[in-house]
Amino acid sequence: MSYELLTLIWFGLLGVLLCGYAILDGFDLGVGILHPFIAKDDHERRLVMNSIGPLWDGNEVWLVTFGGALFAAFPVAYATVFSSFYTAFFLLLTCLIGRAVSLEFRSKVKSSTWRRLWDWAFFLSSFTAALLLGIAGGNVMAGMELGPKYRYEGSLLSQVYWYPLLVGGLTVSLFALHGAIYLYLKTEDELQTRVRRVITPLFFVFAGLYLVVTLATWWHVPHATENLSAHPWLWIVPVLNALAVLNIPRAMHWGRPGYAFFSSSMVILALATLFSVEIFPNFMLSTIDPAYSVTLQNARSSRNTLQTMLIIAGIGIPCVLSYTVIIYWIFRGKVKLDPHSY
Amino acid sequence: MDVEILSRLQFAGTIMFHYLFPPLSIGLGLQLFLCELAYFRTKDLAWEAAARFWTRVFAVNFAMGVATGIVMEFEFGTNWAAYSRFVGDVFGSALAAEGIFAFFLESGFLAVLVFGWDRVGPKMHLLSTLMVFLGSVFSAVWIVVANSWQQTPSGYHIVWHDVQGEMMPRAEVTDFWAMVFNPSSVDRLTHTLIGAFVLGAFFVASVCSFYLLKNRHLEISKRCLSIALPTALLFTLLAAATGHDSAQKLAETQPAKLAAMEGHFHTTDEPTGLNLFGWPDAENETVHFGVQLPYLLSFMVYNDPTRPVPGMDQIPEDQRPPVWLPFQTFHLMVGLGTLMILVAMYACWTWYRGTFDQRRWLLWTIVAMPVVAMTANQAGWITAEVGRQPWIVYPSVQEGVEMMGLRTADGLSESVTAEQVLSSIILFGIIYSMLFAVWIFVLNHKIQHGPESPEELAEYKRKLQTDSMSEAFGHHGTSRGGGMMEDGT
Ligand code: HDD
Ligand code: HEM
Ligand code: HEM
Repeated sequence: MSYELLTLIWFGLLGVLLCGYAILDGFDLGVGILHPFIAKDDHERRLVMNSIGPLWDGNEVWLVTFGGALFAAFPVAYATVFSSFYTAFFLLLTCLIGRAVSLEFRSKVKSSTWRRLWDWAFFLSSFTAALLLGIAGGNVMAGMELGPKYRYEGSLLSQVYWYPLLVGGLTVSLFALHGAIYLYLKTEDELQTRVRRVITPLFFVFAGLYLVVTLATWWHVPHATENLSAHPWLWIVPVLNALAVLNIPRAMHWGRPGYAFFSSSMVILALATLFSVEIFPNFMLSTIDPAYSVTLQNARSSRNTLQTMLIIAGIGIPCVLSYTVIIYWIFRGKVKLDPHSY
Repeated sequence: MDVEILSRLQFAGTIMFHYLFPPLSIGLGLQLFLCELAYFRTKDLAWEAAARFWTRVFAVNFAMGVATGIVMEFEFGTNWAAYSRFVGDVFGSALAAEGIFAFFLESGFLAVLVFGWDRVGPKMHLLSTLMVFLGSVFSAVWIVVANSWQQTPSGYHIVWHDVQGEMMPRAEVTDFWAMVFNPSSVDRLTHTLIGAFVLGAFFVASVCSFYLLKNRHLEISKRCLSIALPTALLFTLLAAATGHDSAQKLAETQPAKLAAMEGHFHTTDEPTGLNLFGWPDAENETVHFGVQLPYLLSFMVYNDPTRPVPGMDQIPEDQRPPVWLPFQTFHLMVGLGTLMILVAMYACWTWYRGTFDQRRWLLWTIVAMPVVAMTANQAGWITAEVGRQPWIVYPSVQEGVEMMGLRTADGLSESVTAEQVLSSIILFGIIYSMLFAVWIFVLNHKIQHGPESPEELAEYKRKLQTDSMSEAFGHHGTSRGGGMMEDGT
């Protein structure tokens, strides 16, 4: 296989890992965002947490593997992106730690203060994690102040301005919507009715932000549409995206929540694909001088490594997919509490 | 303080905190699997009750391992950007393989292990336990391979790349398997895994001895001890054997580290002695208060009591590691290892004689052993990592060609400031202290609560069956635990 083709394949595989992460961890971040508002008593809170109980850890591994794969395939991108987002990234890590331990520890002690504390920790860390992921995405889209020799010259403050914040808001609303549909699938009775009631407002918040961010991107990030103009067939992605968005209320209306969940997953997939298409062929565009950008070409590993890694992925991915399916199958159906639940 | 010191402090702190949990997950995973296997073969509910109990302890520990491990995965990028660019081609593939082969396996089957007791059959459950255990072993394999490559690199060459007009070096793989099976990876991997098995065995023995002392859960405790004590003895003996192998390898691959560990400054023509303990002083190149056994180091390293071992004076001055810390941590590890061998031998002997539970001092000693095993594990890593300094990647010779190494000071992120690192250290210092307190609290809570008795378990299983029967006939089953255990255990 040629070096160029291998590079493209790895860019694609990273996209797959990112989509997998956003779709899977998206719903459990969303469940965390809704958690304190949707459940009324301790029993319901435990139901909400246990709806993702057996799954969240596996979902997070997609992010871990994304990190590992980025390191292996495009080490310069791994090094530059994570050191540029230093402070934001440590905040994100704090949130991920907060989520893991609040799920694990909340129900271990019978004390309402203890449990309330962890409920809020769960909400706060989920919300902030979604926001930070969006902010990082917004910055990568818009380009960053990358100086010569991969030296980042901005700071946390230059990363937090209106555009990334908007993208952050979009991410939060999308995950909350996605999480709500998931919860609808996993719950019953009164709790389910309450979940149903928030889906429509969440949808409108999301759809509104979606429009605003699209317009903002047009205006603020002129290079974003370059690839679309160069390859018009790529327009199929935003069109499918819009259709998937519209399909969510339709499916909910016709009482087909499974289909709605599929649609919200497709929205995430399409948005993540659009993101990859728009940044291509850069990982990090320099707003100082395009010559300083981190690109597919200057970030990639050697041909040999890309090839070895492709073999590793070829063996690993079918295994991963097969046991992911088995586990989702074992834990299908409505949540029930048993002595082993959180 | 400068970025280098701070980043090293941060890395050492976060990895050592992370490494509180993995060895217990690996070691307890083995004990858990053995308990469940015993249940599977005997169908004795006491074994199942034990397995269910260890699962709950395991889950708490595992969550901590995951939470702290995610930090490690990204810290190479955040704090060691130059290093990441230099080694990414080699090191990244091991880390990615860890994700694909190990973490997915662990985290997926963990769900079945923890939440699947009443959902899948015993065979599927046993398989899941095995998969979680294997997953944790695989993650150790890949990460230790990556780490060993930094210590004794092989299967690569250095390629210079033009970065905006300046030539920058990078290590690139030439032979994947030579990279994986670099000179130290097998030795260090076996030693590390055995260290984890020692910890797991002593952890189970400790909790069960505690129950014996308190006269609780006697039946289950005795069963678990019958597995934990012999495995503790086996693995402490193996730790000494594999550790000895590692040390012999060091003489070839990293003589500077060996010299530091032994506080051996001056090369002579005489056979070299072994310092039992002492207070090395690198400035004056001597060991104060040292007690030396003649000939022993020569014998330990070369199996030949007369062949002299090269000392620190053979190493160029700008390539010498610190001496005091590796010396002390190495002696601590070996000392504690010896102590554990003695304790495990004595415990097995009294167990065999049937007098084990009459010796309260022995039981109390075993209660304290997990702390000892944990300390030995940490001390081992400090020896290995500090002894590697000042290199982050060792220089080496590949097929007769000298390959450059990378100094720790040259591995830092260029754009990260000291203030940033300091604030993340403070942030994580606070978070990790709280986490540690909560972890101890919850672990203690679990241990105080203990396993349920085989009778309670039988009762629970009967109830579960009637519940699912009534559900099948259209009544809404209220399978909410049947009051067997406190909720949320
Ligand atoms: C995969 C790589 C890797 C692995 C598995 C480990 N380390 Fe490490 N360690 C490094 C890669 C590394 C490093 C990135 O190379 C560091 C950071 C700075 C340095 O000097 O080396 C380091 C430094 C470092 C230091 C500071 C040494 C100094 O600055 O003088 C300590 C105490 C440890 N490590 C301890 C550990 C422990 C307890 C580990 C157990 C898991 C461990 N390391 C595993
Ligand atoms: C610097 C090196 C290390 C990095 C980057 C690292 C990374 C990680 C990450 C990202 C996780 C979380 C995976 C998940 O989500 O399930 C994790 C967990 C784990 N790591 Fe590490 N790790 C390091 C060192 C080690 C070492 C040296 C060992 C073993 C010898 C080890 C063994 C494990 C195990 C068994 C787990 C599973 C969780 C647990 O057991 O508690 N790690 N590690
Ligand atoms: C009793 C005799 C022992 C000897 C002679 C010994 C020897 C060694 C040596 C030479 C190293 C450094 C290897 C290197 O840097 O390449 C090492 C590392 C280590 N030791 Fe030991 N050890 C002993 C016991 C133990 C015990 C009982 C434990 C834990 C329960 C343990 C845990 C470790 C760990 C985790 C490491 C770091 C990983 C590695 O480098 O292999 N050791 N040991």
